[in-house]
Amino acid sequence: MSEAQFQIKNKNILRNLDPYKLRQDFPLISKKLEGKKYNSNNGHLVYLDNAATTQKPNAVIRALMNYYENDNANVHRALYELGDRATQKYEESRKTVAQFINAKHAREIVFTRGATEAINLVASAWGRKHLQAGDEIILTEMEHHSNLIPWQLLAKEKKLTLRFIPFLNNGTLNFSRVKSLFNERTRLVAMTHMSNVFGTINPVRGLIRMAHSRCIPVLLDGAQSVPHIPVDVQYLDCDFLAFSGHKMCGPTGIGVLYGKQEYLDAMDPYQGGGDMISSVWLEKATWNEIPYKFEAGTPNIAGAIGLAAAIRYINEIGMEKITRYEQALTTYAILEMNKLPGIRFYGIAPERGGVISFSLDNIHPHDMAQFLDSQGIAVRAGHHCAQPIMRKLEIPATTRASLYFYNTFEEIDLLVAALKKAKEFFN
Amino acid sequence: MEFEDLYQEIILDHYKHPRNAGEIKRECTSVEHENPVCGDHIKLMVVIDDDGIVQDVKFIGTGCAISMASASMMTEQVIGKSKTEAMKIIREFVEVMRGDESPDALDEHGDLTALKGVVKFPVRVKCATLAWHAMKNALNT
Ligand SMILES: Cc1ncc(COP(=O)(O)O)c(C=O)c1O
Repeated sequence: MSEAQFQIKNKNILRNLDPYKLRQDFPLISKKLEGKKYNSNNGHLVYLDNAATTQKPNAVIRALMNYYENDNANVHRALYELGDRATQKYEESRKTVAQFINAKHAREIVFTRGATEAINLVASAWGRKHLQAGDEIILTEMEHHSNLIPWQLLAKEKKLTLRFIPFLNNGTLNFSRVKSLFNERTRLVAMTHMSNVFGTINPVRGLIRMAHSRCIPVLLDGAQSVPHIPVDVQYLDCDFLAFSGHKMCGPTGIGVLYGKQEYLDAMDPYQGGGDMISSVWLEKATWNEIPYKFEAGTPNIAGAIGLAAAIRYINEIGMEKITRYEQALTTYAILEMNKLPGIRFYGIAPERGGVISFSLDNIHPHDMAQFLDSQGIAVRAGHHCAQPIMRKLEIPATTRASLYFYNTFEEIDLLVAALKKAKEFFN
Repeated sequence: MEFEDLYQEIILDHYKHPRNAGEIKRECTSVEHENPVCGDHIKLMVVIDDDGIVQDVKFIGTGCAISMASASMMTEQVIGKSKTEAMKIIREFVEVMRGDESPDALDEHGDLTALKGVVKFPVRVKCATLAWHAMKNALNT
């Protein structure tokens, strides 16, 4: 695409989604900040660490306040009107989540603390019950630690073997190696839908089909995909999906495990406590039905309600518009950054989201992130909870800029200008 | 907190022109130290003579400007000192970085004073102390 064509395309995209208008919904990035480092952006923070967590719109902040001011009570037990209302809102939130990812039933949605807890839940409640010594799990080499360590722990406990789909230099999975990883002991595939280091969107649907043809269930880590691209669990036909509310405009401390009913039914509880039981004697208990079987104790009621508000906010914008806008913004960012001599990208997959890992000359990522901070730009530096990726690439860390729909083309220009300054400063 | 407090001229100078970078070819004590969180890595080579004096220190490493400048400054601080004196300055530096000692304590130690600013950036303290921990290990072997 030529530059001119690209600009025209961008204008069309802007017509569909106006980041300047949307930014007004987010207090933290729309308010003026003190400090000369924010001068170049009219006193506003350039927030480019959205893969870590996103900012929160007023709609979500108000939903939390409204819950605590008007509806606060414990759920599933109070016999008074207020308690009913809290329960109703909590369960409505579950339905909102179910519709958002097109789950068949709301009971297939388990509220957790986040993607991490959702994956641990499956490792514990499904893995402990169904896996035996010698069984195998297929992961990829590009997993976030949260979709690696739970399986390592389980593998150690149960004497399982972990196998890994390797990634290629461009940050995509090496599919020529996939078939050979499956065998008669393979019991699960657990993989990221979108890499938080490379930005690669993995072609999971084909892999899921391949696994299903061998009757092997698939868990998707949707922590990076669900906030940015339409995810339809029935279309993908994944058996489990884990994601976090805080990476999609929602509050921290709330996340989701989606599981197909037949799998959730066949699992043991995750934690013991109130709400997850049906009948309790001194020596034994029977379990509540799904999803309550997995939600021991008082849940994060406000968090679930806040997440539902975030989903409604995203739905109002339209997920497809968000994806398209972010892809244009990402392409622009990569084209502009690529003009800098000494730039190196980690991950150049054709199918990708707005996660851009890079290095510039041999400026250490920590120095880079600190320098960008001095220019009013927040990016991430480090191993991004994916140390095995760094080891394979033989780099200590990367700098990562990650985008959301409220980021603007102007902010990309500011980033590129700041990168130029960093080159001067450190060389 | 200002960026300039952290990346002072002296620090950039040590980073761009590290003192005592390289390898010691003769017999020496060699230690490696790593900060897995940052991926910073340093290899120190140390020669201590029969009187317990640090004769020579050289380092090779990868890391940010703070960790590499700090390594360069550390070598300048310990060369020529007795083991006991070297240990003392290491302890003092680490205590300052941990916040257990006033940053002004570094004023007496030449270029080290430039690292005072690091204390205000807790995530960078590990970078600044990498070489110092490595040196402590070298003296203890
Ligand atoms: C791909 C991926 N998986 C899992 C997680 C873990 O999410 P959380 O820390 O919200 O549980 C993250 C977030 O950093 C991620 O990027």
